[in-house]
Amino acid sequence: MWTEFLVLMKHEFAIIAIIFAIMLLKLGKERSNETMINVVNVLLLLNFVAGLFFNREGMLFNEMFRNNELFVLEKNILNLGTLIISMQSYTWLKTHKHVPEFYMLLLSTLLGMFFMISGGNLLMFYLGLELSTIPLAAVANFDLTKRQSSEAAVKLILSSAFSSGLLLFGISMLYGTTGTLIFSELPAALNGSNLQVFAFVLLLAGFAFKISVVPFHLWTADVYEGAPVAVTSFLSVISKGAVLFVFVSVLYTVFKPMAEAWYNMLFILSILTILIGNLFALRQENFKRFLAFSSIAQVGFILIGITGSSQVGSTSVVYFVLIYIFSNLAAFGVVSLVSALTGKESIGDYKGFYQTNPALTWILTIALFSLAGVPPTAGFFGKFFLLMAGAGKGNWTLIVIAALNMVISFYYYLRIVKAMFMDKNEQPIEKLSMPLMPRLALYACILGVIAVGLVSYVYDHIHALSIKF
Amino acid sequence: MNLSLLIILPLVTAAVLLCCKGLKQVRSVALIGSVLQLGLSVVLLAAYWNERASGNTAQMLFEESYAWFRPLNINYHVGVDGISIAMILLTAFVVVAGVLVSWTMEKLSKEFFFLLIFLSVGAYGFFISLDLFTLFFFLEVAVIPKFLLIGIWGSGKKEYSAMKLALMLMAGSALVFVGLAGLYFNTGTFDIMAMSEMNIATDVQKLFFPFAFIGFGVFTALFPFHTWVPDGHSSAPTAASMFLAGISMKLGGYGCLRVATFLMPDAAHAYSWIIILLATIAIIYGAFATMMQKDLKYINAYSSVSHCGFVLLGIGMLTETAINGAVLQMVSHGLMTALFFAAIGMIYSRTHTRDVEKLGGLLKVTPFISTVFVIAGFASLGLPGLSGFVAEMTIFMGAWQNPDNMYRLATILACASIVVTAVYILRAAGKTVMGPTNDNYSKLTDARWNEKLAAGLLIAGILLIGLAPFLINQLISPGTQNIMTRLAEAIVR
Repeated sequence: MWTEFLVLMKHEFAIIAIIFAIMLLKLGKERSNETMINVVNVLLLLNFVAGLFFNREGMLFNEMFRNNELFVLEKNILNLGTLIISMQSYTWLKTHKHVPEFYMLLLSTLLGMFFMISGGNLLMFYLGLELSTIPLAAVANFDLTKRQSSEAAVKLILSSAFSSGLLLFGISMLYGTTGTLIFSELPAALNGSNLQVFAFVLLLAGFAFKISVVPFHLWTADVYEGAPVAVTSFLSVISKGAVLFVFVSVLYTVFKPMAEAWYNMLFILSILTILIGNLFALRQENFKRFLAFSSIAQVGFILIGITGSSQVGSTSVVYFVLIYIFSNLAAFGVVSLVSALTGKESIGDYKGFYQTNPALTWILTIALFSLAGVPPTAGFFGKFFLLMAGAGKGNWTLIVIAALNMVISFYYYLRIVKAMFMDKNEQPIEKLSMPLMPRLALYACILGVIAVGLVSYVYDHIHALSIKF
Repeated sequence: MNLSLLIILPLVTAAVLLCCKGLKQVRSVALIGSVLQLGLSVVLLAAYWNERASGNTAQMLFEESYAWFRPLNINYHVGVDGISIAMILLTAFVVVAGVLVSWTMEKLSKEFFFLLIFLSVGAYGFFISLDLFTLFFFLEVAVIPKFLLIGIWGSGKKEYSAMKLALMLMAGSALVFVGLAGLYFNTGTFDIMAMSEMNIATDVQKLFFPFAFIGFGVFTALFPFHTWVPDGHSSAPTAASMFLAGISMKLGGYGCLRVATFLMPDAAHAYSWIIILLATIAIIYGAFATMMQKDLKYINAYSSVSHCGFVLLGIGMLTETAINGAVLQMVSHGLMTALFFAAIGMIYSRTHTRDVEKLGGLLKVTPFISTVFVIAGFASLGLPGLSGFVAEMTIFMGAWQNPDNMYRLATILACASIVVTAVYILRAAGKTVMGPTNDNYSKLTDARWNEKLAAGLLIAGILLIGLAPFLINQLISPGTQNIMTRLAEAIVR
């Protein structure tokens, strides 16, 4: 019995082990930051590799904890993303005073996400969600000397607390009307009564906060701008991805009987999200704020995929999150390198970037093209399939609006490409030397951006697993 | 004949380019790659003739199909008929000429040739695709390199033009996407050949035809979505202008024909009057707008709007001869406009101006370039013996076969525009190459070997079509007949 328990919660135990290892390292004699980061990166790499093998399906603790191949895949995706982020933050962390603390907090967040994904009960889900949010607010404050960083942390924790409140309220009402919190028992107990719809709206609002869907997005840009780049990329990619995984799974399984009700809500929310995200992204000057709004628009596209409420829909969402991790992390990787080495974070500073840093420019360009959905990058496939999933419902207004919004988003991504390649600058960012770790991470991202789309195996694999939603 | 080679070879060339150093290596690799590709296209042509001669009457030859995204029923499916082969040959010709013309591109040469070759991958892939997903994929592949080519190596207000072109073409492909998705959800497949055997409901066709047709129309300068053409063409570097006008605009024409008209014939019948109306406006407006231009590149760009109007006119008439003419016009315009841009590029690189008023008497100083310029002009105004005449003549003949009076009126108006064409071409040619030579230009050097070769190649193509039109007619007519069969079935319903 207890061996099964170990195997099923393998991912979670691995993270816990790493956290304890870091604690022990911290206890021992004084070590340089470089050694520390390298050791953690190796541990994370081992963790990612170990996550790929010996996985089993099953349930524990009266369905509190579930595991199957799909969840394993999602956890592996998150593991990979965390590894890449950790490698990218090398330059920034190297001079930081609290490396072990950073990793302990970051990995606790990841642990929370794993429990959230595997949760088979709304309470378990809620616990995981809180574990994934509170440490994150602490790491958002990790640029200890910057006031903006503290501001970001406060905004993050306050808005998270608010959204948790909404979620809890919704959960309690759901419990009141159905008498159960177990995912597998909920669908049968739902009858679409007004109170249940109201409970669903509250739950939806809670989720919407986490994945920054308009009109619950107001915290996003400020937090993204203030937090250190490593934390921003973690927030925008890993944290968002994890919540999206759970969101899809909750919508497609628990709330399946109420599909009619949530279809219309998501329809309106997705249009609003894409439109507002795009319009605000048009005018941003700070690169991190820009990526914040562009990521809001991306979530809008993901919502369109979710409205399809089909197997294609769920597959496309997981697939897109994977692509989004690679493309967004490639973009953030370059931004984090530039910001760590020169302190420049404005789009205007990137003028003439190509003259001094051609390799970084190409990487950023490919990443932006992938975010914009231009072939042959993976972003094209991701967006195409999301829109196809949305079109499956036959709502052509939605598809036309989304397709035209792709053109708007195209403009602001191209604006940056133009700044890097075409604009003249008296003092472009000087030639930057890339340490090995960030370099490997960027190469991995670019490889992902190119391969995940063209190699259809990835999509087929996710499709085969997505029946488990 | 393995069609995928047409994509693999330029990809390999592009990959090798990335490993090269210095202009000399880069341009030789680009030239070798593009000449091999031209050779491959000719081999394809020969293989096609062989197959047809041995009695193979299949709609598409050399088909290959591999499952790509199985859950969505997306396949990598390629195959060619005569129309695609004509387009592939056109692309190969223009790419070789483009590489030759950019022989002395000093600025970021590696990136330049890489993007140029990468752009051609999009075009080749587009012309051989028989699956709408693959087709759309390659259509978009051919957009982004243009943005960079114009924005980095262009002249004038290049950033503005590059952005305008990229956004308008992306908007076009967004519309195409809606059209394709509509077809997919009503047939369950992306496969063109499979769709062509189905009867798609008329309502569905009427809903999605405009998306597909206007979307592709943006690429081929459908009025009023033509505004990217003048800016884009005139800001682009010579090779990119040649590619844009010569090939990229043909992607749209080919798409209108192969996707919109072929797959949705009922809607094509229903909407043909709108197509004719817009095409006629484009022809006349383009011709008159050209009259007002002083910049040689703007002259050619606006005249492209007018000439591509003929393509759409031919398609909209829905008769076999007219559609044949439309395809002929695409090939002919591709060659002729590429030649025109090449000549303009040669003049500009020597005189550093494209202003008609400032040039003059070039025939005495640079006889070869001036002759090329005049030949391109004559082809453009439809001089018998050159390709433009054959194409336009065929379109008019075909157009007249459509008995509707309004359509005939449109034909007459379009015919009349040729007079305007003659005016602006002759005026531009006269002012540029005739008259007294400006002192500043008395010491210009004539064309170098690479420029001569590029021009010779394109002129050979123009003459071949002009003097032996039956050859290309035989090539494309089986393809048009298939489209006509679809259209005829639609009338019966």
